Amino acid sequence: MKWMRCHGGLIGGLVLLVIALIALCAHLIAPGDPLNMVARPLTPPFTDPRFPLGTDHLGRNILAGLVHGARVSMTVGAAAAAAAISVGILVGTLAGFSGRIIDDALMRITEAFQTVPTFLLALALVSVLGASAANVVIAIGISSWPPTARLVRAEVLRLKGADYVDAARLAGRAPLAIAFLEVLPGALQPVVALIGITVGEAILVESALAFLGLSDPNLISWGGMVANGRALLRTAPYLVVLPGIAIAVAVLAVTLSGDGLARRLGILGRR
Amino acid sequence: MPEAKSKVSPSRAARFAVFLFQRVVQAIPVLILVAIGVFGLLELAEGDAVDAYLAGIGAGDAGLAAELRDRYGLGDGLGSRFLTYSTRLVQFDLGYSIAFSRDVSTVILERLPNTLLMMISAILLSASIGVILGGIAAMRKGGPLDAGITFGALILNATPGFWLGLLGIILFAVKLRWLPIGGLSTLDADYGPVRATLDVARHLVLPVFTLALTYLALYVRLMRGAMIEVGESGWVLAARARGVPERQVVLRHIGRPALLPVVTMIGLQSGTLLGGSVVIETVFSIPGLGALAFEAVSQRDLQLLAGILLAGTLLVVFVNIIVDLAYGLLDPRVRLGAGEIA
Repeated sequence: MKWMRCHGGLIGGLVLLVIALIALCAHLIAPGDPLNMVARPLTPPFTDPRFPLGTDHLGRNILAGLVHGARVSMTVGAAAAAAAISVGILVGTLAGFSGRIIDDALMRITEAFQTVPTFLLALALVSVLGASAANVVIAIGISSWPPTARLVRAEVLRLKGADYVDAARLAGRAPLAIAFLEVLPGALQPVVALIGITVGEAILVESALAFLGLSDPNLISWGGMVANGRALLRTAPYLVVLPGIAIAVAVLAVTLSGDGLARRLGILGRR
Repeated sequence: MPEAKSKVSPSRAARFAVFLFQRVVQAIPVLILVAIGVFGLLELAEGDAVDAYLAGIGAGDAGLAAELRDRYGLGDGLGSRFLTYSTRLVQFDLGYSIAFSRDVSTVILERLPNTLLMMISAILLSASIGVILGGIAAMRKGGPLDAGITFGALILNATPGFWLGLLGIILFAVKLRWLPIGGLSTLDADYGPVRATLDVARHLVLPVFTLALTYLALYVRLMRGAMIEVGESGWVLAARARGVPERQVVLRHIGRPALLPVVTMIGLQSGTLLGGSVVIETVFSIPGLGALAFEAVSQRDLQLLAGILLAGTLLVVFVNIIVDLAYGLLDPRVRLGAGEIA
């Protein structure tokens, strides 16, 4: 336990770094389009040195798929989490710093977004907007900002009465400038604790959407690879198992490094 | 004192009613906002219900389209469309499903029981395994068992539900042949009531466990943290000092108060669980609300999708009210209603 608490963040960070490098160098590790047919279909893993993880039912190189899929999953996950956290910070700061009416209205809206089942909302948004990587980012961003907003609002409410805020007010600064330039920076620290969870969650939602066929059809993604392997569950289970491991490892690495970061900054308790 | 008791019980029932009323009233603005949001979503979509309907029947001309739009109040401006939409909603009319050629509300009500059955089983299973494992981890804090449970929860938390479900199918349905591969019941079987129930239960084992395990980590973490915190409180020290047996200290003095955050989380998690059931029901071909949402998306039946969003929200609100009521039963300090402390 102690060991994990000390080194979990470090290990997670290292794994995350490796995944990021793989994603960045995908075209070097596995040149060419990963959606191209390159070998005999359904070559099992560890049999052909040229295709160490085998090929799928269309003869596509699975290693290439995983490597290029990392690019899609990590980019979409990070962008979606960034969108969600930005919206959350904006709403939370406005709600916390404004008067009661705006605060109440914004919190009712936050509550409404929290009541709608998150994945259903993301699903509906992607299906209305159309299945593309950008729309998946928008959909996840719109459906997963409420926790950040609540956290930021609570922090802003706490800091609102601080002396330096009063000082800024007396100095005649505009309320919005005080909210975003004076109060917000202090309220951001606890948000760090949410980054890991939000990114991990975004990767999971992205993979689930891709599994249901709601992702860019021209990009390979881990969730989509699992969906493709589903029909051959009996004969070639590795088609499902391998990309799933990739998703789980990526999410675990993201969560662990987020946790470690928050611990290092002293936001999470030592418990 | 029998006199005092008879005085208390009616006022308690009244408080209960007031509390229930307050919670329902509180939910109304949220429901209205969600309804507006869903309307916005429908407006955002290309083409309206009439386009979809005409595409569905595969015929029609501009005249028919105009007539239909007129009849359903879809032709006029945004404001009047919203008026039509909200009047229909108030009458619980969710529109017409093109994919199923029936009323959306009928289709949803047909699928609802399956999802409820799966959701309730998964919530109860997830919370109870989480409470037990979290409790064990807290009691063995810092030991190898604690580390194992915490790490296992972390891994489950990172595992996508659909993949866990497929792994379950590979292992228990394909390799071991212990459990059915999907569906809710054996199709061509003519069982008696007892065997039919057992058959459904057998079909539910994999999907319910998958759903429960995906959301287990949260309960483990919550219970572990709460038990460690409560364990440091004064009344636990006092109970130990009085010589209360350790077993009882753990179960009653630490365990029961530590359950409260878990109960709250059940309400908060119900929406996430319902979202997760989309993928799980699709993987296991269970005809529930989640699989219906996927069918609505793949057939571009937006009226149905909007109806499912609204019904799902209503379900989450409902679960949260029940959880709040249960909270009052669990915590003797909570008095429903006016918020007075007894």
